[in-house]
Amino acid sequence: MSGFHTHALYRHEHSALHGLPSQVKIVSLVLFVGAVVATPRDVLWPFAIHAALLIVAVSIARIPFSFMAKRLVIELPFVLFAVLMPFIGTGERTTVLGVSLSIAGLWGAWTILVKGTLGLGASVLMAATTEIPDILEGFERLRFPKLVTAIAGFMVRYLDVIIGELRRMRVAMTARGYDPSWIGQAGPIASSAGSLFVRSYERGERVHRAMLARGYTGAMPVFERVTVSARDWLTGMAIPGLAWVVAIVSWVVR
Amino acid sequence: MHIPDGFINGSTSLGAGIAAAGGIGAGLRHAGKRLADRQIPLAGLAAAFIFAAQMINFPVAVGTSGHLIGGGLAAVLLGPWLASVVLAVVVGVQALIFADGGVSALGLNIINMAIVAPWTAWFIYRGLRALLPRTQRAVAVAAGVAAAFSVEIAALGFVGEYAIGGTGGAPVPTVLIAMGGVHALIGIGEGLITGAIVAAVLAARPDIVAGAADLLDPAASPPRRLGRFVLAGVGAALLVAAFLSPFANSNPDGLQRVAEDKGFVETAQTSPVDEGSPLAGYKAGGDGVIATAVAGVLGVGITFGIGYGVVRLSRRTKAQR
Repeated sequence: MSGFHTHALYRHEHSALHGLPSQVKIVSLVLFVGAVVATPRDVLWPFAIHAALLIVAVSIARIPFSFMAKRLVIELPFVLFAVLMPFIGTGERTTVLGVSLSIAGLWGAWTILVKGTLGLGASVLMAATTEIPDILEGFERLRFPKLVTAIAGFMVRYLDVIIGELRRMRVAMTARGYDPSWIGQAGPIASSAGSLFVRSYERGERVHRAMLARGYTGAMPVFERVTVSARDWLTGMAIPGLAWVVAIVSWVVR
Repeated sequence: MHIPDGFINGSTSLGAGIAAAGGIGAGLRHAGKRLADRQIPLAGLAAAFIFAAQMINFPVAVGTSGHLIGGGLAAVLLGPWLASVVLAVVVGVQALIFADGGVSALGLNIINMAIVAPWTAWFIYRGLRALLPRTQRAVAVAAGVAAAFSVEIAALGFVGEYAIGGTGGAPVPTVLIAMGGVHALIGIGEGLITGAIVAAVLAARPDIVAGAADLLDPAASPPRRLGRFVLAGVGAALLVAAFLSPFANSNPDGLQRVAEDKGFVETAQTSPVDEGSPLAGYKAGGDGVIATAVAGVLGVGITFGIGYGVVRLSRRTKAQR
């Protein structure tokens, strides 16, 4: 299983967060995002604490904030939607700098921006501190269906191959004067995608035969057993635990 | 169409997560029987292909572009059960490894893109196949039309989720018209590309298109007797329409209810942004009935457009060979 040790979102460092077993990080991510989503949106201070917790985690992982910021750009389409909301929202309106804005729309925009950004930040942090095979093994150790993790494993292992093939087709088409600016060009796009599927499928057949030739019996071999200590779980649960305390307290004192 | 965290409230997301797990579990049971171990690498490569195909941008109109969702494509190429498993893997990997789509919204995204899209595409596809002749061109046309509608229905799935648990203040009819309008355009592109991809795969390796197995093996169950699929497809469409229209009129957000006396239609129309927005054209009437009629006319137009486009494209690819 060599050759696929890094991906675009991963950043190699030696930190406590990088060293944490991946299943702990997965559970921790899901719990943290759950706490953020469960926090009532009309109290503001809990979100400041959630953000502070995330920033602490990012510093522990020694991930530069510029790296995080660049990865958060993926959120832009929904930010645009959020910005529109106060304008198209209904109900009571308020006037800010002479522009009439919907109060419900403003709350909606705030919710999407704060919860979306915190959730995305947590996901980016996990991807930045965990290599893809580790993430998949983590899911396997969390007793996810083998079929799902196996399909996902093949997917990520061959993703770069398929995307590389797509890129080479693009280069070849561009070199021959391809210009995807009008709908008539849909033909070449589609036929190249069609041949990409045939190539992917045939590669899958070859991979399977190669695996059989090497003694594949239907289960992937496990090379190392990762043992998770109670200390790992305690470390991993510290931040999501605090986030849940914040979420619950904010419901109580609201 | 990847929903981020915080867009839909926690309880709706949790419910969607449970429903998605059930749906994919059923997919696993059915696909697993057929999969054995042999098909796992194939399914993985198909997932990688869908991921790559979603990176293919195509022009929607002048200046804008959309990208494939791949629900209809996966359903026709792999069969609906395996398609939903593969698409769920794609959506899950996007959320957990590429941070595309919220972790808490994973269930919602799986429902829209991995369950609603391939299954509506499959029902429409089988329905059309039963009506059309048993030719490769008919397979491509049926796949294209099915893919186009599946995008629109998946977008309506999002609107339904927004109506149930949306945390935003935007009124549901506005979201419905905006999402429906944009995805009608994206659906045209998706339909054309899907039809042409299926045509290209059929020309090269007809044996690997799961949805067209009957073309090669006359003994295999011909889709002709599957008139009930047409009924099921039409029934599903009607159900969706029937369930969505009340949502479109309900006022789900607590904060919205506070100011219920202000009709949202008037507000939506007088909003200064709407006048200049490119979406303003879609709400010519604003009124529910007129909007529905507009949607209906759009739908018919799209069907004709896609059918015509796919036939032209498949003709052209044939002529090139």
